[in-house]
Amino acid sequence: MSTTTSQPPRQNTNRIGLTVLDYRGGKTTLCAGCGHNAISERIIDAFFEMGVAPERVIKASGIGCSSKSPAYFMGRSHSFNALHGRMPSVATGAALANHLLLALGVSGDGDTASIGIGQFVHLMRRNLPMIYIIENNGVYGLTKGQFSATADVGSKLKTGVVNELPPIDTCLLAIELGATFVGRSFSGDKRQLQTMLKAAIAHRGTVMLDVISPCVTFNDHEGSTKSYKFMKDHEEPLTDADFVPVFEQIDVEYEPGTSVDVTMHDGSHLRLRKLEEDYNPTNRVTAVRRLMQAKEANEVLTGIFYVNTEQPSFIELLNLTSEALATLPTERVRPSRQALEQIMEELG
Amino acid sequence: MATTEVAPQQGERGRAVPIVNDFSIQVATVNGSGSQSANTVLLRTIFQMGVPVSGKNLFPSNIAGLPTWYTIRASKFGYIARKKEIDFLVAMNPETAREDVLSLGAGTAVLYDEPLNLRELRSDLTFYSVPFDKLAAAVGPEAKLRKLIKNMIYVGVMARLLALDMQEVERALRRHFGSKPKAAEVNWSAAKAGYDYAAASLTKADPFVVERMHETAGKIIVDGNAAAALGAMFGGVTVVTWYPITPSSSLIENLTDYMKRYRVGADGKATFAIVQAEDELAAIGMVLGASWAGARAMTATSGPGISLMSEFCGFGYYAEIPAVIWDVQRVGPSTGLPTRTQQGDLLAVAMLGHGDTKHPMLIPASVGECFTMAMDALELAEQLQTPVFVMSDLDLAMNNWMSEPFAYPEKPLKRGKVLSREDLDRIGGFARYKDVDGDGIGYRTLPGVDHPNAASFVRGSGHNEKAQYSERPDDYVRNMDRLAHKFEHARTLVPAPEIVSDHGNEAAIVAYGSSHWATRESLEQLEREHAMGFDYLRLRAYPFAREVQEFIARHKRVYMVDQNRDGQMLQLLKLDLPPQEVAKLRSVRHYTGLPIDARSITDEIVSQEGR
Repeated sequence: MSTTTSQPPRQNTNRIGLTVLDYRGGKTTLCAGCGHNAISERIIDAFFEMGVAPERVIKASGIGCSSKSPAYFMGRSHSFNALHGRMPSVATGAALANHLLLALGVSGDGDTASIGIGQFVHLMRRNLPMIYIIENNGVYGLTKGQFSATADVGSKLKTGVVNELPPIDTCLLAIELGATFVGRSFSGDKRQLQTMLKAAIAHRGTVMLDVISPCVTFNDHEGSTKSYKFMKDHEEPLTDADFVPVFEQIDVEYEPGTSVDVTMHDGSHLRLRKLEEDYNPTNRVTAVRRLMQAKEANEVLTGIFYVNTEQPSFIELLNLTSEALATLPTERVRPSRQALEQIMEELG
Repeated sequence: MATTEVAPQQGERGRAVPIVNDFSIQVATVNGSGSQSANTVLLRTIFQMGVPVSGKNLFPSNIAGLPTWYTIRASKFGYIARKKEIDFLVAMNPETAREDVLSLGAGTAVLYDEPLNLRELRSDLTFYSVPFDKLAAAVGPEAKLRKLIKNMIYVGVMARLLALDMQEVERALRRHFGSKPKAAEVNWSAAKAGYDYAAASLTKADPFVVERMHETAGKIIVDGNAAAALGAMFGGVTVVTWYPITPSSSLIENLTDYMKRYRVGADGKATFAIVQAEDELAAIGMVLGASWAGARAMTATSGPGISLMSEFCGFGYYAEIPAVIWDVQRVGPSTGLPTRTQQGDLLAVAMLGHGDTKHPMLIPASVGECFTMAMDALELAEQLQTPVFVMSDLDLAMNNWMSEPFAYPEKPLKRGKVLSREDLDRIGGFARYKDVDGDGIGYRTLPGVDHPNAASFVRGSGHNEKAQYSERPDDYVRNMDRLAHKFEHARTLVPAPEIVSDHGNEAAIVAYGSSHWATRESLEQLEREHAMGFDYLRLRAYPFAREVQEFIARHKRVYMVDQNRDGQMLQLLKLDLPPQEVAKLRSVRHYTGLPIDARSITDEIVSQEGR
């Protein structure tokens, strides 16, 4: 061991002076190789690179392997591990109480598409500002490998059981119901997922990201449509995204007509390169049609399918005051003595 | 004043001696027929004449076409519970008229729609028939309005028969139709037509009259849900989430109206969010999420909604998140009697959730307490960091009650043990579930506090003092014991019982909630009619304050009045009291779906006392 005093290498810091270590959480207890761990890593990197203060983030989750994962990233953020399928309501309440914070919800395919489908669809139609990630592996991992409602027809369990019911396409649902930023990615696609997450952070409305995240223990075998191998063979990007945060210069040039430039709420730019000529990611009808076609053709489309920065968010619809409701002082939340006297007069 | 000298007279009906300001009117109509307006005008007229009055709507789960009854009780003694006996029936509904008349006591007066020909049914009643359709046609509006104004005609007839002041009728009527002058005009014509017909064609033959008193000056009339809404608004509620369910919906609807008027700033921005959720599962989830993030949050529901909120309420208990849940109790699940009253959710709510869960319940008896307990609940929930329930019921919530005007809350909001950034800078960090002060209540931080050690991870039952995941037996036991200690501490914080009378009697009555008014009246009946003296304690909250046990210990027999079949409050008392006190408990139960009345309590107690 050297005894000379040399400066330790300076950790890279982001624009608010934090290192990536400040975005880490507890040690994961998920299986080695679980797709969810890769997603946690992407979340850490995206929030770090975007320079979001972890104290300004609230994490919420439901029940399942996916929903355990908020314990494994961003330990400096408050977190609420809610009930099975009921993360959306908790996130909604928290976002209403303090709309200045960034809400990040992590759910799974069982937590979202079965027990939580009611809360999921109503969250989507409210366009509540939050990021909703489904870590989608097609099975219930924590109860040892039953099919979920996103499992594809013909998909086979390790035990040989074949799924015969059609899957729920959460992206299709989300677009149809009113979410304003909808995409699908794969836990193994580092660049795509990270770009999506960074753009999601800049969006002010409901972001719904369905991330295929293979379950190495119960659903990564031959015959599964949510395995690493299947995804590597079948993933078809529909758009290719570049994201330029508001604090960076745009230096990518595209040929005219090949991409759509979306200015995000914070002034960032999302450049979506169209991999199919007639695809328009700002058109809900185009997006729904293309996803329906993919469903018919058993394709796994990925990319950002739909972005809408015009639709008012739930916070705007409710016309909330600019401060957080949570910390308004007494004089802002209790009407005057005269107000009560007036009401009593009317009731007399 | 001359009228107050008249003692309550039983069995004097039909005689020449007038019965002044002490009778009940029952109006039988079809719902959706505009009867509510007529009933309100009649109620307010009596109120404006200074006579204590109460109104109870006994309505079906239906929008139009099914029978509905409205009871108005005038009482110079100030009795505002439902009166079991009917003194004056207004029979407007052909469907029920026959049965309504056959069930009356002798001497009752009956005003009826002429074609119903009810006079044939009984010879021991006083009948007045009125050709409502002819009178309505003479008032002249188009056919579809006639049905609606028929009811206002009976107000005019009753005004004449009961000697009501027509100027007060007009004032009440114009107030009711405030923003609709055309409707007011047509209805006023109808009321006058009824009055004129009665003056010309009916001869007063019953003893019931109203005389002016001065007992209502300065008072208000309001229902419990509107009062609760006002309490929530002045209690600083900021996030309200709900799912429509009778009989709680009007609480939130009133609140929405008031908040739009008084909680929108000069900049047009709201200091509140009211969200109609997709179901009760979501409504309570939003409340917990909002409270966790620091808002004062509440929801309102009824029994079926309580069932759906069960898991989250248990979670709130373990994770120690404030929440206020109004349970406006009604009868049963699904269809059946959802528009009828009951105190039927006490046992379910006291232990709502799974595992060893216990919840504080505040139990208002009056509209005044709906107002104050709405504020108390918001304070207590944050102070105790736990879900707090307010147990109202349909009778209290949806009927009109007289009250003193509500007093403005003087104390600033207390937000409980919340650590600020400055606190964290000073102490460095914190353990979310550590009992620092010996009261079982830990300190919490709100999301958004700008300190690297502010965050904690909320989850269900398995956590240690630092809110870290733990399945260790010692961590679990320590946490559960602290929660039990916190609940014990809650006994000293919830509203204390009201010891209404304590004169050293051998026997006592314990009641709660809307049963209070019938119980108070029953005490006087027992004294007057049976020379039986009882002491009386009114419960105002669960867990029970120490005074409850002390009160029971001072008596030999204690009658617990419940509006449910199984004596639910009695069961909760049994869990709480030592065996020698449990042995003293007797049960008075009322579960017809109708509001409890004094006569039923009196009869039951007299019977159990063996007299």
